[in-house]
Amino acid sequence: MSDPVMVIGTPIRLEYTFTAGEAQTRFLRALAEGKLIGQRCPSCLKVYIPPRGSCPTCAVPTQEAVQVSDRGTVTTFCIVNIPFPGQAIKPPFVAASVLLDGADIAIFHLLQEVDAADARMGMRVEAVWVPREELRASMESVRYFRPTGEPDAAYDSYKEHL
Amino acid sequence: MRDVAVVSFAQSPYVRNDTQRNEVEILMPVISDAIERSGIPRKEIGFTVSGSCDYLAGQPFAFVSALDAVGAWPPIRESHVEMDGAWALYEAWVQIQCGDVDSALIYAFGKSSLGDLRDVMTLQLDPYCVAPLWPDSISVAALQARAMLDAGRCTEGDMAEIAARSRRDGQSNAAAQLTGDFDTGALLREPYVVSPLRRHDCPPISDGAAAVVLAAGDLARRVSKRPAWISGIDHRIEPASLGVRDLTQSPSTKLAGERAGAVGVTLDVAELHAPFTHQELILREALGLGAGVRINPSGGALAANAVMVAGLARIGEAAVRIIDGSANRALAHATSGPCLQQNLVCVMEARL
Repeated sequence: MSDPVMVIGTPIRLEYTFTAGEAQTRFLRALAEGKLIGQRCPSCLKVYIPPRGSCPTCAVPTQEAVQVSDRGTVTTFCIVNIPFPGQAIKPPFVAASVLLDGADIAIFHLLQEVDAADARMGMRVEAVWVPREELRASMESVRYFRPTGEPDAAYDSYKEHL
Repeated sequence: MRDVAVVSFAQSPYVRNDTQRNEVEILMPVISDAIERSGIPRKEIGFTVSGSCDYLAGQPFAFVSALDAVGAWPPIRESHVEMDGAWALYEAWVQIQCGDVDSALIYAFGKSSLGDLRDVMTLQLDPYCVAPLWPDSISVAALQARAMLDAGRCTEGDMAEIAARSRRDGQSNAAAQLTGDFDTGALLREPYVVSPLRRHDCPPISDGAAAVVLAAGDLARRVSKRPAWISGIDHRIEPASLGVRDLTQSPSTKLAGERAGAVGVTLDVAELHAPFTHQELILREALGLGAGVRINPSGGALAANAVMVAGLARIGEAAVRIIDGSANRALAHATSGPCLQQNLVCVMEARL
């Protein structure tokens, strides 16, 4: 008797067209102009970035566009020490949640030009954009964030956004 | 058993490809509309449950981001089924039967346009021996249609008449997508998509969303003059393997219909979730629906078929005919899986 079949491979490949939606389309188009555009909730006044067209707390549509700063505060971070396939940067490197000035929710991005051991909560950082001619409708228009050298933000200033 | 009723229904317009709005943006006005019509304040709704399929968006946990449309803070009691919203409604009905909540919001969404739907649907088949052959959803339905024709249970003309009636009825449904007056003779001169199915035998590909609010007993009576009381609801499933089933019959629909109390009662309306024309004939026979029952006044799934939404929409469409006084008892049916594998039957009635 031949050996039983223990494993089969069934390759699957499907292609999808992503719909960014109205709110994220505005956000992505603004990135191509070197701007960060969020939306303010008309009810609780929180500013969301990237905007999703709704306030998940109040369940109301968000329409008002708000430009936020490309500077902010590291609210939390992780040091990536483990290599994985397709990794663009050599570990160790720092991925951080950055609360942009004027926003109420942190975005997740790379933190560079800093020794991993020096990354910390409260660190003030700024966006490093790609050159003007390389800007496009993608979060990759911001290459990474780097420390500004300003004094650290007080814990109380971001404790609601962890 | 607690008395539970549908008190409101809302749906988006169904379109072939909504390139402007993402799922949350489609859902938000639908959910707000259903809640507003229910007369129950959003914060007082006891349970929230959704039905959707991450394979449609091609993103794991896509259903979690849809919660942005709901307002889930402070934390709400919430659940999800990776199924048509009709089964989410079943879960909500069970929750209300358990007695700890009196109301529930059920919503479903589907952007069927984002991938190649015929291939996406292949992934619901047996992953070892069937899916690797990539039979697409229309080819699988065509096997069933061929079995119906070979058994002498219908003709291609019968099928074309169902398509023409559905599209004609869809004209009075503002949400419907594929509507109009079509001559069956002209339809029958069209080429096959997959023999014996022509384009009109197949559902349109639709993007859209729907929402229903359920309420129990006194709450339903307080918020609605004429709630659509659920007198019976049941769902049954058949084997996944197509080869062990008689595809011309739907024993799961028959059993669910019996358990839901659809037999031996006068039904004014039936909303059947039959994405393919020949499937309506199988369902009508399984449920014993005679000529006196108005079938799919909304146009049904042949006029709009947002995947994961169309079953819940059948319940909503049937319910609104009781709520608006045009029917006293209505049957709604939802299906899932290839060739009517799984079926849910919900019977609703007015109580004066």
